[in-house]
Amino acid sequence: MTLSPQTTQAIRNAADSHGGAKAAMLEALKLVQAAEGYVSDAHLAEAAAKLGVSTAEIDSLATFYSHIFRSPVGETVILLCDGLSCYLCGGDAVRDAVMQKLGIGFGETTPDGKFTLINVCCIGGCDVAPAALVGPDRKLVGPLSADDLTQLIGGGR
Amino acid sequence: MIKLIVDGKEIEVPPEYTLMQACEAAGAEIPRFCYHERLSIAGNCRMCLVEVKGTPKPVASCAWGVRDCRPGPKGEPPEISTRSPMVKKAREGVMEFLLINHPLDCPICDQGGECDLQDQAMGYGADTSRFAENKRAVEDKYLGVLVKTSMNRCIQCTRCVRFASEICGVPEMGLTGRGEDVEITTYLESALTSELQGNLVDICPVGALTSKPYAFAARPWELGKTQSIDVMDAVGSAIRVDTRGREVMRILPRVNEAVNEEWISDKTRHIVDGLRTQRLDRPYVRENGKLRAATWSEAFAAIAAKLKDVKGERIGAIAGDLAAVEDMFALQDLMTRLGSANLATETTHAFDPSLGRASYIFNPTIAGIEQADALLIIGCNPRKEAAVLNARIRKRWRTGQMKIAVIGDHAELTYKYDYLGAGVDTLSELAAGKQSFADVLKGAKNPIVLVGAGVTARSDGAALLAMAAKLATDIGAIKDGWNGFAVLHSAASSVGALDIGFVPGEGGLTAAQMVGEGALDVMFSLGADEIKLPADAFVVYIGTHGDRGAHRADVILPGAAYTEKSGIYVNTEGRVQIAGRAAFPPGEAREDWAIIRALSDALGATLPYDSLVALRKALTEKVPHLLRIDQIEPADPAALAALARRGGGAIGKAPLLSPIGDFYLTNPIARASAVMAECSRVASGQILTAAE
Repeated sequence: MTLSPQTTQAIRNAADSHGGAKAAMLEALKLVQAAEGYVSDAHLAEAAAKLGVSTAEIDSLATFYSHIFRSPVGETVILLCDGLSCYLCGGDAVRDAVMQKLGIGFGETTPDGKFTLINVCCIGGCDVAPAALVGPDRKLVGPLSADDLTQLIGGGR
Repeated sequence: MIKLIVDGKEIEVPPEYTLMQACEAAGAEIPRFCYHERLSIAGNCRMCLVEVKGTPKPVASCAWGVRDCRPGPKGEPPEISTRSPMVKKAREGVMEFLLINHPLDCPICDQGGECDLQDQAMGYGADTSRFAENKRAVEDKYLGVLVKTSMNRCIQCTRCVRFASEICGVPEMGLTGRGEDVEITTYLESALTSELQGNLVDICPVGALTSKPYAFAARPWELGKTQSIDVMDAVGSAIRVDTRGREVMRILPRVNEAVNEEWISDKTRHIVDGLRTQRLDRPYVRENGKLRAATWSEAFAAIAAKLKDVKGERIGAIAGDLAAVEDMFALQDLMTRLGSANLATETTHAFDPSLGRASYIFNPTIAGIEQADALLIIGCNPRKEAAVLNARIRKRWRTGQMKIAVIGDHAELTYKYDYLGAGVDTLSELAAGKQSFADVLKGAKNPIVLVGAGVTARSDGAALLAMAAKLATDIGAIKDGWNGFAVLHSAASSVGALDIGFVPGEGGLTAAQMVGEGALDVMFSLGADEIKLPADAFVVYIGTHGDRGAHRADVILPGAAYTEKSGIYVNTEGRVQIAGRAAFPPGEAREDWAIIRALSDALGATLPYDSLVALRKALTEKVPHLLRIDQIEPADPAALAALARRGGGAIGKAPLLSPIGDFYLTNPIARASAVMAECSRVASGQILTAAE
């Protein structure tokens, strides 16, 4: 599976607008992730080739950032905050509820490939704690409650 | 210049200096792991911390420029302290962190005894660890057949990553992950594709990258160390041969800024096992079509009997790629006494030393590449013919101040170049100014025209060489203070042979004529293994390995390899260098010059020197510049005008391809080495995945 022409073009444009291939590496990774959900080895190599940098170099960058995913994730990624404010506002109960509901732990994906649950430390949503970021747009949701997980996983489950 | 006070001592340093360089200029010693003067600055190990007066925290001296230092409130120069209690405490803190995850396996680590971390832990380490938790464990990586990994020991200095991408030009290594998860990897665990990867082992300050062929073979303190010169190519890299008893254990680079900086190629470093296997350790004589072991006197008697009624012009001698100057000089002397003018080497038929030295050496010098602003490579793959010199070209190219074009192989070099074409036509077009690169060459201040084996190994090499010399003259590469005509020889013996005139004498035959059918009755081969020896002549082979030459020989006289004799070698720049003797030849083998001397006695043409000293005296009387070790005798550029004028001969249409097919197997020692064979297999893609 190769990258779509749109993504490829966007990567090329990024190199121009960011002032060079090296500066555009992170942007390219974000574009690939936005289009494909995660950055596979093949897509990483393709992006590197498009930019004219080495795969080792772009891989170093990709693995430095924990929000660039180098392994497959579900359709909806839930970044659940386990920071201090969320903890004080009952984040643990939300965590247990969503884990039980989805049947997965942190860093795991549901067998049907719908959800991936990842813990993050503070997303700046202390005013709506317990909070999370959901979906491809990283939408901030909260305050969450253990009784109603609709904000996190929608009403379908 | 900027004024600084380092440890109370006032010094002045150039503004581009880093604090570390300034401190060293003041005589202070700064510990470091990630910093390496030939690599870019990373500043990630934090070992080089110093105190700068006025800054609240210690600063990493490798990454701090002296021009960034602020003067004191009354305008007094910045004060730096490298020995204050704060510095010591800070470095001890860094060391404690470095040792948190570093295993305490020094007794079973190959780096033990020559490890930067071990040494500096003696200075800054604590006697016990306060870290009671588990150390992290990192999986070992596959980096090919030369570099062994033990990634638990890695301190993430990234020297290897920077070396691979900056010096080798193969950006295949990287640092993945972050924080406690960082690991050094080659992308997707493939073998490195560089001819310089052995240097990773020297670059690594700890035992994470060690030499695979040398694994657990010896300890540094039990080795005898001999300074010597490499003969795998014509660069003449400075090496140190480490021996234990009679055996060569490993070969390491020495620093020689003018030649190899501090790198050596993998062939130079890992040929060691080839010095032990396939060795000729006693004389052999062919009887009834089969070689049988013989004594020295039997062998000499067989040669004397054969030579009895043979006329001088029916005798010939060819010297091989690894022959030392002394050996060739003695053989030349013997041939003259036998009345023969048939002298040649395997690689130098295109040159005529009578024109002058400038016509056959690398005139701009290897270090001079760093002054060049345009480079035309003709018939050469520098990566295979001289890997270390290729690194120098890359070094200059990375500064962005040198344009490169190639005529010949469209090879994967470690820099970008304009590919002009493969053929002689392209060269003529360029000479006629029809190629756009001609303007680059003409506009350049210090252009280099580099001529490689793809030109000089051809039968029409002389004419092509004249054409290249004419081109160099026409574009203005030869002027006051700059001679840009550069011949890159592929054999260590070439320039030495040309210097002493080991070429066909008057009416003498060339190498190609000598090996022709019926040309000779008796042929002396001084380790000539690359040329096909004649089937009908009586071949006396003086050499070290049971290789091509020995298989064809009628008498084998076992000689000494380059680590087993003291010998003069002249590198492609014309730099006279002396290789030291590190070990002894095996069994009954002897030094080559001594064999020729003893043989001369048996043939009734006794050579007038009984010792190497006497031989060298005779040699330097005839060729005085060979006395000036480590120097390049200035060459008169008039030789090039003469060469260009001479022109000469028809030129064939074949492309100018480098004759070196396999970098790892270019000489008998390399062909006897299992490590080189393995490298060759990996390089040709026959083994793609880890064997372990």
